[in-house]
Amino acid sequence: MYVSLLELIDFRSYPHTEVPLAAGVSVFLGPNGQGKTNLVEAVDYIATQSSHRVSSDQPLVRSGADRAIVRAQVQRDDRQALIEVEINPGGSNRARLNGGQLTKAREALGILRTVLFSPDDLDLVKGDPSARRRFLDDLLVARQPRFAAVRSDYDRVLRQRNTLLKTAGRSGRSRPGDSALSTLEVWDAHLARTGAELLSARLSLTADLRPHLTKHYTEVAQTVPKPGGGNDADLSYRSSFPLPPGAVSRPELAEALLGQVAVRRDDELDRGVTLVGPHRDDVTFTLGWLPTRGYSSHGESWSFALALRLAAFSLLRSDGDDPVLILDDVFAELDDARRIRLAELVRETEQVLVTAAVPSDVPADLLEHRFDVRDAKVTGARAR
Amino acid sequence: MYEGVVQDLVDELGRLPGIGPKSAQRIAFHLLAADATDVHRLAAVLAEVKEKVRFCSVCANVTEEELCRVCRDPRRDLALLCVVEEPKDVLAVERTREFRGRYHVLGGAISPIEGIGPEQLRIRELMVRLADGTVTEVIIATDPNLEGEATATYLTRLLRPMGLRVTRLASGLPVGGDLEYADEVTLGRAFEGRRSVDD
Repeated sequence: MYVSLLELIDFRSYPHTEVPLAAGVSVFLGPNGQGKTNLVEAVDYIATQSSHRVSSDQPLVRSGADRAIVRAQVQRDDRQALIEVEINPGGSNRARLNGGQLTKAREALGILRTVLFSPDDLDLVKGDPSARRRFLDDLLVARQPRFAAVRSDYDRVLRQRNTLLKTAGRSGRSRPGDSALSTLEVWDAHLARTGAELLSARLSLTADLRPHLTKHYTEVAQTVPKPGGGNDADLSYRSSFPLPPGAVSRPELAEALLGQVAVRRDDELDRGVTLVGPHRDDVTFTLGWLPTRGYSSHGESWSFALALRLAAFSLLRSDGDDPVLILDDVFAELDDARRIRLAELVRETEQVLVTAAVPSDVPADLLEHRFDVRDAKVTGARAR
Repeated sequence: MYEGVVQDLVDELGRLPGIGPKSAQRIAFHLLAADATDVHRLAAVLAEVKEKVRFCSVCANVTEEELCRVCRDPRRDLALLCVVEEPKDVLAVERTREFRGRYHVLGGAISPIEGIGPEQLRIRELMVRLADGTVTEVIIATDPNLEGEATATYLTRLLRPMGLRVTRLASGLPVGGDLEYADEVTLGRAFEGRRSVDD
């Protein structure tokens, strides 16, 4: 798939702009702060309805405007889809598909798929567990958009349950028949149900991702495989509670989570937060026998982060269509060997959007469609 | 900002649900331009509604008398009780003309974030109504969202031990709709709640 037209209204620094795009590699060039990243951020927003740079939507709206609109014409096989997302900070977003209003903005998810590389990807390896959870969940939604609803349901159950834990903890646990405690069991059940759904999906996703990760790490870092997987890149899911052994079904996971919640009851009431569940889980990355955290060099960490994104790309590609590949300022961060690996992948992808400060950051043969971005104005020379 | 009373009107309208600042302004200027008798009639109805309307002493539906229209109706089946969140839900079920029992309005759904627990809802009143054994089936018709489901789970746990038949409205596909237009969550629910066709 590829985006053939991008239109922004009051998005970031752009009052109104239209950028015609084509399949192949498009490179956006310009000094810092001119609006290059804003363009690719908008494309990614159409796909994920969240930004890789900020967690709230307010900064996405041009200052002085009430809302922003992003439109993308997406070409899939020989069909077209026009997706429009209206960003309303403080309210809920709205989306249109081919001119028709969708009931919920999230129904537009999954039509356009993107994989975005940015210098912040190093956080996947070196940062907090939340970055890794987000990586998994975003990929989950890209593969099966219905998980956007599961994810938001789980977040809402958590918020309700945490509020209840705080009130119940404060009012003291001595009073029998306390209503806060009686409704807690109801929220336990809902936590277990939605939590198990998210957990089981993440478990099967990590299983699917593993072979792709190992393969791409070898390519990127150019390691020679040792017998027995001595320097293989791998990942394993770390649940916040002991999982029952063997292949586990959703009801079994729900039961295990419910059991853990009962065990941690006093602890949770003391601290007023939910202590077990997918929101406390993590993913451990390993190189050979050693975890990457604390053991890997800077270069190894970079290769690992790159291999993770490449694995996500391969996984989405194996489901069917090529996702749109977005490389936001990454070439400048890479050494020559990694640059060449990445450039090889780029060449066989249907559409790639690249941002860079100077042309010399980008391998010369990738400067296919070149756009200059200055002061929120995009001028494009379509031919080489 | 407008002067004095005009701004007051815009502010008051803006406090109503579903009305933002722009809509409030539009309605305010519509009222200013409208015929004085029309505006007086609206003002009179607003005052009257607060004076006359109260809540049914049995089911908490809106009424102008002690009991609401449904609770006064002798033809209603006393063995069936439908539990809803709000008075507007009574109206929604009534429009179907399918249900011949009576109602119980809870006044909301369990939501710790909004500070609503079981004792903020009319659950104690529900237990009192069920005590004499006239009602044999309770139909839980809370909203099919997270808070509505939590309320339904809570009520089910409370009512099952009493030996009552407890049912929950089915959720799934809208009638007259197209399968392809159903969102994944609704379709998923419809799959979970599928039933055998040979009965």
